[in-house]
This record gives sequence, structure tokens and C-alpha cells, in this order.
Amino acid sequence: MLARRIIPCLDVKDGRTVKGINFVNLRDAGSALENAEYYSSHGADELVFLDITATVENRRTMEDLVRSVALSTSIPFTVGGGIKGEDDVARLLGAGADKISINSAALRNPEIIDKLASRFGSQCIVLALDAKANCAFPSGFEAFVDGGRTPAGKDALEWAKEASARGAGEILLTSMDKDGTRDGFAVDLTKIISSNIDIPVIASGGAGKMADFKEIFEEGKADAALAASVFHFHEIDIPELKDYLRQSGIPVR
Amino acid sequence: MIAVIRYNAGNVLSVMNALSRLGHEAVLTDDEALIKHADKVIFPGVGEASSAMEYLNRTGLADVIRSLKQPFLGICLGMQLMCSSSEEGDTKCLGIFPETVKAFPRSSGYKIPHVGWNTISKLKGPLYRNTDENAYVYFVHSYYVPLSSDTTAVCNYDDLDFSASLSFANFHGMQFHPEKSGSEGERMLRCFLEDL
Repeated sequence: MLARRIIPCLDVKDGRTVKGINFVNLRDAGSALENAEYYSSHGADELVFLDITATVENRRTMEDLVRSVALSTSIPFTVGGGIKGEDDVARLLGAGADKISINSAALRNPEIIDKLASRFGSQCIVLALDAKANCAFPSGFEAFVDGGRTPAGKDALEWAKEASARGAGEILLTSMDKDGTRDGFAVDLTKIISSNIDIPVIASGGAGKMADFKEIFEEGKADAALAASVFHFHEIDIPELKDYLRQSGIPVR
Repeated sequence: MIAVIRYNAGNVLSVMNALSRLGHEAVLTDDEALIKHADKVIFPGVGEASSAMEYLNRTGLADVIRSLKQPFLGICLGMQLMCSSSEEGDTKCLGIFPETVKAFPRSSGYKIPHVGWNTISKLKGPLYRNTDENAYVYFVHSYYVPLSSDTTAVCNYDDLDFSASLSFANFHGMQFHPEKSGSEGERMLRCFLEDL
């Protein structure tokens, strides 16, 4: 039976895992490579790395990190943050990333998804979709770009459908309303996206306790759940979380 | 020496990295002589069937692969290309396994591609010597090989059982990615590298 996936997310700056609210007051959570090795051997099903600076200097550091992670871990991983076009994708996949995630560049120029999917395959193109409740939109959610700073004026569900039709292989769905709150994932948002598209949805934003994961799988119909702080600061231990989910009847590895 | 076949399908790096983690030196090559004289050959692949076959035919690698006598392991697209044909791009493949590669049905409400960790069962053969029934391994694919007499492991998705792996004589194929399947996958690769 296909397992629901648990994915730690590492926000990376200068090779370090950092965590803050809206990218300010960053707390250091250790070496990104060491974190990756730890998670890989302690129950994580995949990893996501986000280059939160997306500066030219950090790009090279990120590429080195990707190369090291690919060499020393044996689970799939996705790299995102500031990816603009085919060259960025070729570089990161060439360094050993299994998938890349793309957000603002795709919303501004949706054809990039078609191009990336036909050149590299849908299986490695993850659409990162940041959404916020807004009742002016048919699904009740609007898509945002620029790390959540700029409203895109596009309905989140319509955009998810379009990206899927253009060849995205998965959607990494972050609820801006829930991100950083620790009071649970966005069940309504995740459910409306996941049940209306035919590619997997990774739910992100709001994880605070183990029951939140159970809820997003059972009620939110998420295929995978992503979290950062609760894992980095050892509030939730992944093997323990998986035991809990297994006992609740949710298939996990 | 282990040869990993270089061709126009991506993601050979993850296989090279896994071999290095297991302490085996491998050569990434499309050289006929090197491939023919290797102790073991690995045929990875992520990509699209028709363009991969077009490349293998044009470069003569298709005939080289068919002629090999040493232990041979095709991974993901590699395994699919070892079959007789594929519905992906309506492609004639290498014909090492007689099976036809089919597309997962799109209408059933299941998500395509089949991506993530799934269990494999009814394990047969030397590659699974150190693997338990219902072990989890990592899959990413939109096409599948139906069950047949060559099936050495079964996976279930979309309410259908399909071949998670195939073996015939010296030829082995895995639909999943052992190189991305954590320690489980590494145990299988070790069996291929050290026991066959």
C-alpha cells in the first residue's frame, strides 16, 4: 500500500538550516548536510531544501550542498528557492537533486512548466503553491508569489489545475494562514486542492503536534506532509510520529 | 568492474552515488568494449521511452545490451526499456522480457504518477535474499509492467497488481529506485553487486 510521506523541510542559508517566521529572526538549526543525513537515517521519506536567500553567492553554496546530500543520503530530495529557468533546473538536477520546486517564476510565466516537464520529466517538477484565504476567489483561496509577499490575483485551485495540466508532477501546497502558527495544517485548503487534481499534494504550514499529521492525511486528503521547526527542534520525533500514524491506521513506511 | 550505461536518460548520478556509498567503483560509459567486459552492468533511467530507444538504436547500444551475458540490472525506465514494447510513445523496446509496458489508467481517481514509498511482496530470487516481504521501496512512474512469469516482486497501486521487478536469466529489472530506497534498497543493490 502506498505510504503517506513525512517530509522535513530545510530552509538553507550559507549551508546552515535556519528557521524563522517570515524569514526574520532566523534561528540556527545546524548544518544542513548533517541534518539531512540525520533525517535520512531517522525515518524521513523525502527531504526538501529551500534556498531562502536565493542570491547569486548562495547559489554556489546550495549546489555544493546538493552534491554532498546526493552523495551521502539514500532518499529522494527536492530543491527550491529562486529557480527561474531551465539553466537553474539543469544545474540542480545535474548536482544530484531528484526534483526541483518552482513558484514565482511559474506563476509569472506558466509555459515554463511545460518546458521543464518536457525536458526533464514531470516526475521532477514540483509546483510550490503558497495560498491564502480570500473569499473573492471561487475556491476561497488566492495564490501568492515572492515568498508570500505578493498576491498573484489567481485562484489557487485554478492555478493548481493549470500547473498539473501543464506537466507539474506534484504540488507543494503551503497555507500562508497556517504557516508558523503551529495550530494544525490547513485542512480545508488542502482538501479542496487534493481532491480536485490528479497529482500528489504535499501539505505544508501549521504542524505543531502529531495529531495535526493524522488530521491532514485523514481529513485533508494530503499525500504527504511537510514540516520544519517541529522536527528541527526535536519536538516531534519522526519514528515516533510514524508509530502514532500507523496505530491510527494510516499507512506509513 | 561495474559499468553504468551512459545514454540520454537522466539521473544516472543517483546510481553512481549509491554505488560509491556501497564502496564499489563504477564507470559511467557508453563504450561497447567497456560494457561488454564489465563484471556487472547497470542500466538506469529516468525519462521518456521513445526518445531513449531512438538513442539506444542509433548508437548501437541496443544490440550491445541484448548480447550481454553478465548480471544486468535495469532500473525504472531501464526495466521498461528491457520489455518488448511500451505504450509510452508507442515504442518498440529491447525485447529482453516479453511483456508490454502499459499506462496506468487515468480515470480511476488514483493519482498519476505513482510516486512515493510502496510495499513489495511475493519476493523471489537472489536480489531479495536480505529483504523481508512488504518492504517499502521508492517508486516514481506513470507506466507499469503487468504480472508475468518473469515477475520477481509484486506491487499494488490503482487497484492493480503489477511487476515491481522482473528477472530472466542474467537480466534483472526493478521498477522502483533501489538507489533512493534507503537501507532497504542498498541491501538489494549489495546482493546484485556481491552475490550474483
